[in-house]
Amino acid sequence: MSFMEILYFIVPSAIFYAAPLILVAIGGVFSERSGVVNIGLEGLMVIGAFVGILFNLLFADTFGGMTPWLALIAAMVAAMLLSLLHAVASISFRADQVVSGVAINLLAIALALYLVKSIFDKGQTDFITERFARYNVPVLSDIPVIGPLFFTSVYNTSFFAIGVAILAWFVIYKTPFGLRLRAVGEHPMAADTMGINVARMRYVAVMISGALAGIGGAIYAQTITGDFGHATINGQGFMALAAMIFGKWHPLGAMGAALFFGFAQSLSIVGSSIPYIQEIPNVFLLILPYVLTIFALAGFIGRANAPKANGKPYIKGQR
Amino acid sequence: MSNRATNLLVPIVSVVLGLIVGAIIMLVSGYSPIEGYAALWNGIFGDLYTIGETLRQITPYLLAGLAVAFAFRSGLFNIGVEGQLIVGWFAAAYVGVAVELPKIIHLPLAILAAAVAGALWGFVPGLLKAKFRVHEVIVTIMMNYIALHVTNALIRTVSEGGDRTERIFASASLRSEFLENLTEFSRLHLGLLLALIMVGVMWFILEKTTLGFELKAVGFNQHASEYAGMNVNKNIIMAMVISGAFAGLAGAMEALGTFEYVSSKGGFTGIGFDGIAVALLGMNTPLGVIFGATLFGSLKYGALNMPNAAGIPIEIVEIVIAVIIFFVASGYIIRLLLLRAAGKKKEAK
Repeated sequence: MSFMEILYFIVPSAIFYAAPLILVAIGGVFSERSGVVNIGLEGLMVIGAFVGILFNLLFADTFGGMTPWLALIAAMVAAMLLSLLHAVASISFRADQVVSGVAINLLAIALALYLVKSIFDKGQTDFITERFARYNVPVLSDIPVIGPLFFTSVYNTSFFAIGVAILAWFVIYKTPFGLRLRAVGEHPMAADTMGINVARMRYVAVMISGALAGIGGAIYAQTITGDFGHATINGQGFMALAAMIFGKWHPLGAMGAALFFGFAQSLSIVGSSIPYIQEIPNVFLLILPYVLTIFALAGFIGRANAPKANGKPYIKGQR
Repeated sequence: MSNRATNLLVPIVSVVLGLIVGAIIMLVSGYSPIEGYAALWNGIFGDLYTIGETLRQITPYLLAGLAVAFAFRSGLFNIGVEGQLIVGWFAAAYVGVAVELPKIIHLPLAILAAAVAGALWGFVPGLLKAKFRVHEVIVTIMMNYIALHVTNALIRTVSEGGDRTERIFASASLRSEFLENLTEFSRLHLGLLLALIMVGVMWFILEKTTLGFELKAVGFNQHASEYAGMNVNKNIIMAMVISGAFAGLAGAMEALGTFEYVSSKGGFTGIGFDGIAVALLGMNTPLGVIFGATLFGSLKYGALNMPNAAGIPIEIVEIVIAVIIFFVASGYIIRLLLLRAAGKKKEAK
């Protein structure tokens, strides 16, 4: 296998694994930029994956090829509802945001499996029939080098994810809403003084993170696994959390980190059929994203600073 | 109502609310909550065997709860108990299989190995927090996954490609014929005693030693402790190391008592995360941890009886546990409601 052939093999699969990570990581950026830590991304992804698969199984006959996309909407709504729970607990009830996130994770997987067992009478769902399809982008896939790398046998969801990342960058850095969002996360009291409704901003941000995490989970389930069971998501949400931090709480940074982690993940799966890489023990590729995140946090790879007010409930009038 | 009474009421109210939510969910999804909870009860107290197994389940919960609670008291949130438990599990099992020694040396050695492995896994986030001010929550989450993948790889190496190790030598086992005979051959083992001793150890460290005093002081206010001349960084590292050691011991319970081997895992055991629930419910005190571990350990083991006896998926109990955590975490609002209720009563009088 030549070097280019290896690239043609790996890059599309890296992007394919990265798409859900990008969306969930961007969701994390929204929530944490507003000052609410969201460890619950994993659970929100789980609910997204479950509802996505369930919707797909129930309505595949009705909607045909459109089903996976409509399933994304159903997953988005379900995950938003669950994230509302996190928002209520951590914003209005002043709960410890990490604890509330842990509860979201436990609740999501338990609830999803409970429903799977109640509905299907077994530990996992059936396989879906309507999946997202791979296709070659017309014209663009004929460009040499770039064509086979980025436009051959791709999923529309990958372009969607990258589009969302760019949109998120625009919203967070170029609109009044984004400025308010960041202000609320850095110095809520100053923002409050300027007439911004801190609690409302945070609610909106957490629900956006829920929506994106739900979509991400549904994409993961409908492209990669095809069914839902206890191990479907298995840490993807935490991987997205890592991507968010590695990307320094910046939407485009998070996208870059997610692409890189997707690359590491796809290497650990397809690496065994690639010369040189197959000699690296799999475990190093598996732990790479996590080790890199720790290095990034420790400041070995640039300094990663969280938003100042991240994790602190805002109590009016308190210094 | 006094402050202390409300503090004690919050966990109790949370548990009751959690069970009510569980009942509602069972009702809505077409099961009978009465049958469900009856099956749960029988799954916990049905006969001597189930009681033995329930106690066996409580054992690692005690230690995982201690681990989370100990870190909490020093102002640190150790989500990495899961990972520390996994490395402890592997270390104890490895020592159990690798050498054969007289029991008096072998068993303590295996237990020690688990504690050291867990402590080491807790040392990394502690060091990073102390030296670089890196938030321990993220590092411990990452360490969990590293633990999972690394131990899986090690298990494959040790077992030469298999996915579980040999059974440990009897000289490293915590099992006791006496306890087994007492409980109709459940897997109840001597680890329960060790776990209870560790509850005492935590109490002793926190209440009776200078180290414990300093750890608590750092937990209350880092700046004040620093001005008082305490070494904050050293205390942060110590807290994580001791917390990790408790978590490692929880792993030893599984390695030397319950399973007597270690197998590669597709996902987490969940004990470490439930440890967070145990510590929260127990308000991070040693006695409270006994209460929390007993409750969650019982629920977890009793749930196994629910599919057979009532046809209800065991996940209902996980839902109840998650809801309880929610309510405990939202203690502010429960406290507010309790105080308001108490205030109204006063007015009525």
